[in-house]
This record gives sequence, structure tokens and C-alpha cells, in this order.
Amino acid sequence: MPFIPHTDSDIREMLATIGAGDIEDLFDEIPEGLRYGELSGIPKGMTEQEISRLMMERAEADGRPLCFMGAGAYDHHIPAAVWQITTRGEFYSAYTPYQAEASQGTLQLIYEYQTMMAGLTGLDVSNASMYDGASALAEAALMAVRGNRKSKSNRILVPTTVHPAYRKTTRTIVDNQGIELVEVPYCSEGGNTVPDSLKHFEGEDITALVIQHPNFFGILEEVDELTDWAHRQGALVIAIVNPTSLALLKPPGEWGENGADIACGEGQPLGVPLAAGGPYFGFMCCKQALVRQMPGRIVGRTVDRDGLDGYTLTLQAREQHIRRSKATSNICTNQGLLVTAATIYMSLLGADGLARVARACHANTRALVEKLTENEYVEPLFNRPCFHETVLRFSLPLADVMRPLFAHNLLPGYDLSTDYPELGNALLVCATETRTAADIELYADHLNRIISAQTVAGCPVKPKMA
Amino acid sequence: MSNIPVDLKYVKTHEWARLNDDGSVTVGISDNAQEQLGDMVFVELPEIGQEVTAAEASAVVESVKAASDVYAPLSGEVVEVNEALADSPETVNQDAYGEGWLFRIQPAAAAELEELMDAEAYELFLASEAH
Repeated sequence: MPFIPHTDSDIREMLATIGAGDIEDLFDEIPEGLRYGELSGIPKGMTEQEISRLMMERAEADGRPLCFMGAGAYDHHIPAAVWQITTRGEFYSAYTPYQAEASQGTLQLIYEYQTMMAGLTGLDVSNASMYDGASALAEAALMAVRGNRKSKSNRILVPTTVHPAYRKTTRTIVDNQGIELVEVPYCSEGGNTVPDSLKHFEGEDITALVIQHPNFFGILEEVDELTDWAHRQGALVIAIVNPTSLALLKPPGEWGENGADIACGEGQPLGVPLAAGGPYFGFMCCKQALVRQMPGRIVGRTVDRDGLDGYTLTLQAREQHIRRSKATSNICTNQGLLVTAATIYMSLLGADGLARVARACHANTRALVEKLTENEYVEPLFNRPCFHETVLRFSLPLADVMRPLFAHNLLPGYDLSTDYPELGNALLVCATETRTAADIELYADHLNRIISAQTVAGCPVKPKMA
Repeated sequence: MSNIPVDLKYVKTHEWARLNDDGSVTVGISDNAQEQLGDMVFVELPEIGQEVTAAEASAVVESVKAASDVYAPLSGEVVEVNEALADSPETVNQDAYGEGWLFRIQPAAAAELEELMDAEAYELFLASEAH
């Protein structure tokens, strides 16, 4: 449907009808002191030619570096058909047209997406998507508090192996809602959350335990033990998972005796390009028992009066437009366009294709670690298995190594020193299926040359291992 | 006109309360309320042992149209909930004053019950709301 903005005369006519002088009068109930006033930082409008040029220059400023960085968003191959189909006029909208009578195609696509996500996570239900992985975790925390009615404490255990940005976002959203997030430290040898480290919480009222798997360090957690421990304490389990990894790893719905209760995460690896942090999309799945606490949109399949299959939004009774301030969430929309891309991506790859991608990522990351650690100043930091990302420790200042690599247009990985200063010179590296043996070779060559230039030339000093 | 049994007490939020022989009070929603809400699809009941206060949201009835809070008509401790509604929420539509009861309270002060509306007052209240 076309979008035609109101003309000045439309606006005058509407204002006259309701007896308002100008648009500002409509906001006069907001006290002056609460208004933001002029938005002075916003430049004036540009022509199409000007904006195209500006955006092109900005895009080129990225320099298309050779990427060995993950840390929550991953550089995967996206088949050309994905965005060719996604950008067709029938799909091309950031918003989801929810009217069942006009949007059967879009609604069916979301239904298929939900079916795929429920299959990947091994859970009963998926919603139509959330804004991103971090806010999906915050929503999962709120959902767990609503869903675990036996627990009165509203305390959620959050290991520090959970993505730092997810922890910050969740804290921002839940802090003023009477929910306490309790951090659980990780094991410095394994880089994982050790089930025994939770022992001192036994007997306490715990609402939920968050488990990220693979965790932020790329390390696999002991999900079965952690899940069973949480359930024994009467706590729900919130899983944060990487959708690519689910093609190989046990789905959260099968963790431990009874499976995780809620699974959420970042959907970007499924066909969404890396783009300055977004837009990406979050996903959320859960057990049937919790479905009425699930935020967001859910599309259901039904039959029309002629008995033909049809699709429609379902379980809306707890959303904002009906429940107002008591709604399950204030986020009742979804990332329709990115979900479209993800659904097409998953359809094109199929279960086997996704598993091949996952295996290639794992193999490439292992090859990268092997190659880089041939240098005596570089060693793996943790001794537990990883999926497609892991941490390397450097026995010389990391910033001095990274700067020249940037200059070679190479993104060497994510420097952990801000989020985990205790790890010292620790670099989180990732090699997806898009990295070739030659790419890995190139990284190693640059690194070896840079390190030898910074140590005594021709006479390697014994590296100082911590 | 909806059915308003004379042996029950009512509140303006459309719940009814019945005093049992053992001093406990059974709570449900009125016939008028179930009619307004339409077909029930889910009922969320309080926990047994939970303390509720009068006019506090204590349960949720969800129909095809809306999810609505059910307010406790008086204060006390929840001693029983109607588990059968988990499988057949439509009982609230079919028998709002009988099998469709929601939960039973042991009142903190039984006198509170006397302050509630009787059938006649509730009928007048409904009539005034209709205007």
C-alpha cells in the first residue's frame, strides 16, 4: 500500500476539525520542563544524490576488512537469493502487516520461521522475533519472573560468561522492576561456568539461571548439569544460543532431564549481513507451559470458514492494545524484514546445509588457533572445547599487535581487556566458513612478522608466560 | 438480563463471593462478567497459601477478546483453587456461579463480606453502568 504523507492543507483541515491551532497544541499537556526542545544535532534534509554519496562514502570507510572477529555477530556467507527474494515488493517492509485478510503470505512466512526456530531449539513455541539478542535476554528474564510463580525472590543467576552487552542491556531493562541479577564467576582454566560453583546457592530461592552456550568466550558449557541443577532448585533455565551452532549441538529443549524452559539469542547469523551493529533480530522460544508469558507476536495456523488453511496472529489477549500497562511486554512488534531473510536463508540451506556451515566454522577456527599458536607468544587461554570462537592469550601488549593488523585491513578479533581486564592480553577470535586457508595463512604471516619486529630481532627472548 | 443469585455477595469489579459453612469464601466472576468477556480460553489462578487483599488482582481470566484481572472481593489466604479450569476454562462461561468458581479464601475478617453488595445492589449497579 502506498505511503502518502499528509499535505499542509490536510493538516490544517484536521487541526480545524478538532479545534486545535497547530500541531504543538496537541502536546501542551506535557510540561515544558519535560520536553526535549530543539534537536539541534540533526542536519537539514538532503537530496537523493547527496544522501547516496554520503552513505557510499560511509560504507567504503569500513574498508571491508578481512574479519576474524565474532563476539556476538558473525561474518557468514549469504546466498544471493536470500536478499533477492527478501527485497521483493511483497516482502519489503520493516513492519509486519498483521491484517490476516491482506497478509496471508507474510503471516505464512512468519509461521514457517517459528516452526524452524522451534525445531532448531527443540522447544514447543517460537514468537515472531524480537529486536535483538540482548533485549531478547531481558525479555526472557522478565518472562521467567512471570512464569516461575513458585519463586518469590525475583533473583536470576547470570554467569559472567554471558555476553557483556547482553548483561548490560538486561540490567538496564530489569533493574527498576524489582529483579536482582546475580553474577556467577567463570573458571579461569576452562572459561566456563562450573556447576559446582553454584553449590552455595543451593536451598536459596532462585527464579532462573541463564546459560549461554557456546558462551561469550566461544566455550561449550556443561549444559546438562547446569540445567538439572537449576531445575532441582525450582529455577527456570534461560538458554542463550547461537542458531548456527544448533545444527550440531544438542538443542536447549533437550538439555538435561527436562530441557531449558526458554531459549533466546541473536538471529543475525541466519542471513543478516554485518552492518555497523545492526539492524539484527532476536529470537525467543519456550515450552508450551510458558506460552502465555511469552512477549511479542505469535502467528498461528487455522482454517477459514471454507476449511482452507489460513494464518493469523494468535494469543494477543495479553498485549498492549488490550492489557495496557499490564501487558506481558512493551515490545509487541518484531523484525519482519530480517526474519524474512532468515527464513529464506534457512530454507535454502536446509538442516544439512546449516550443519555443513557449522562444521566448517568449527574446523576453520581450530585451524586458525593451531596456526596462530605456532608463534611462541600466542597460546590458547582455555582448555575446554569451543564451537567457532575461542580466546588466545598474547605474552606481549595486545594493542601493539592489533594496531598494525588493522593497518593491514585485518580485524584480528575482539580485545577482551575492557570487559575482562583480569584476562590480560586476551583476544577473542573467530573464523567462520567464509575464511579460507589462505586467509588464515595471511593472518599468521602478518602476526609473526609483527611479533618478531617487536621482540629482539633474530634472537627470540623466552616469552613471559603468566 | 444476566443471572444474579440472591444468596451471593458482589463487588463492582464483577466478582461474586459465597460464604461456605466452614467460614471460607468461594470467589468467581459474575454471569454478566463472563458474558461481556466472551469465550474463555485460559484461567490463571493464584497459588494456594497466597495472601490476597481486597481489591487486589489475584487471578486472570483470558477470553478470546481480552485478558482481565480478577480482584479479590475480600482479604485472606487462598486455601483452594479450581484446578479443573486448567483443562476446561469454558466452565466459567457455562456455570459462572457453580462449577466455574475460581478460588476459595479463608477470610482475614469475615465481617468484610457484609460490606459487599447484595444481589439487588449489584443489579442496580449493572443497570447504572449500562447507561
